[in-house]
Amino acid sequence: MAAEKAEMDALKKECDALRTQIEAARKAANDGSMSAAAGGVASVGRVQLKLRKNLKGHLAKIYAMHWSADSRSMVSASQDGKLLVWDTFTGNKLVAVPLKSAWVMSVDFAPSGNLVASGGLDNICTVYNIKAASPKTLRELDAHTGYLSCCRFLSDSEILTASGDTTCCLWDLETGKQKIIFTNHIGDCMSLALSPDMNYFISGACDSLAKLWDVREGACKQTFSGHTSDINAIAFFPSGNAVITGSDDCSCKMYDLRADQEVLDYTDSSLNAGVTSLALSNSGRLIFAGYDDFNCHIWDSLKGEKVGVLSGHDNRVSCTGVPEDGMGVCTGSWDSFLKLWN
Amino acid sequence: MSSKAPSSNSVAHARRIVQQLKVEAGFERIKVSKASADLMTYCTENARNDPLLMGIQASENPFKDKKPCTIL
Repeated sequence: MAAEKAEMDALKKECDALRTQIEAARKAANDGSMSAAAGGVASVGRVQLKLRKNLKGHLAKIYAMHWSADSRSMVSASQDGKLLVWDTFTGNKLVAVPLKSAWVMSVDFAPSGNLVASGGLDNICTVYNIKAASPKTLRELDAHTGYLSCCRFLSDSEILTASGDTTCCLWDLETGKQKIIFTNHIGDCMSLALSPDMNYFISGACDSLAKLWDVREGACKQTFSGHTSDINAIAFFPSGNAVITGSDDCSCKMYDLRADQEVLDYTDSSLNAGVTSLALSNSGRLIFAGYDDFNCHIWDSLKGEKVGVLSGHDNRVSCTGVPEDGMGVCTGSWDSFLKLWN
Repeated sequence: MSSKAPSSNSVAHARRIVQQLKVEAGFERIKVSKASADLMTYCTENARNDPLLMGIQASENPFKDKKPCTIL
């Protein structure tokens, strides 16, 4: 017992020393502020986007949406127990997928456009083939011991999931089995995003940390702190060198991966609502962040300034997405509508 | 269950935390000034490929409802 206590004390000392070392190294690399450097960049001015479409069809709160790689189709998930696939050019509904469990929290479109996946309080990630005559359940990925908060396809044969059981997981869709389990968070995992080169992914959790993982190795490479509450949303900057996070602490942050630290904070004293979702424009210059205050606020990612707002929803904005061609932004809300803006 | 089991779990857990911190401490960081410069360069170089930043012509807007023309 005494030997174990001695070892615990030694390990704790080593822990504290390593944390101090990391902070010192980050400080040494912090030779100038991002927002000061961005002083030389031209302002984007006021960003005023118009509402182009109001998509009606869901009968309850919308929790998630995701664009297809064709930048035309889009899938949305609602707690009315349905996934709807939309043709955003016409506003028509293409496919309706009835869910076994109505408590859905996440939805994703495979890059091929053949499959969609969803999951939520049932702890299961269900994959559907939407190209069949009627939507067919392809796989039920059942191993998480907590809710499914996020799912992202790598291809038609692999998918990543994030769960309230504090782990993320890479699944093989051919076998329906777990390939790699990513453990390190000490709070519910709320969101994940794949790097542009698909070799890494970043996760945000209720432990207020963002972690970078190697998809193939299964290892946690870097940990980013700074938020003071749950991280609900996370996205890669298009170059792959930075990530943006959105949190219940009402702020968004940009962390640079190579400098291994926070480089910008997006806060406004008048904004006292949590961030639920976020998406970036194609150059990475604009951040579209959905908030509990029923709006999607637009931030200049380099200068850290609010440059616009998308107003119109009658309840919390729960999901936001920009298609691959960057031609618009979609917001989904607890008011049961999806809106398209550009 | 012996009273040893909980504490050896804690020791194993603490060892994993130290191991993870060693990985993170070993990371080679670049300067924030270089990181910022690269992010700014990326944004400015890709600005013209960003329709939401540049604006979209009405005729090229896939989401805009096309109103029929009335010939008077």
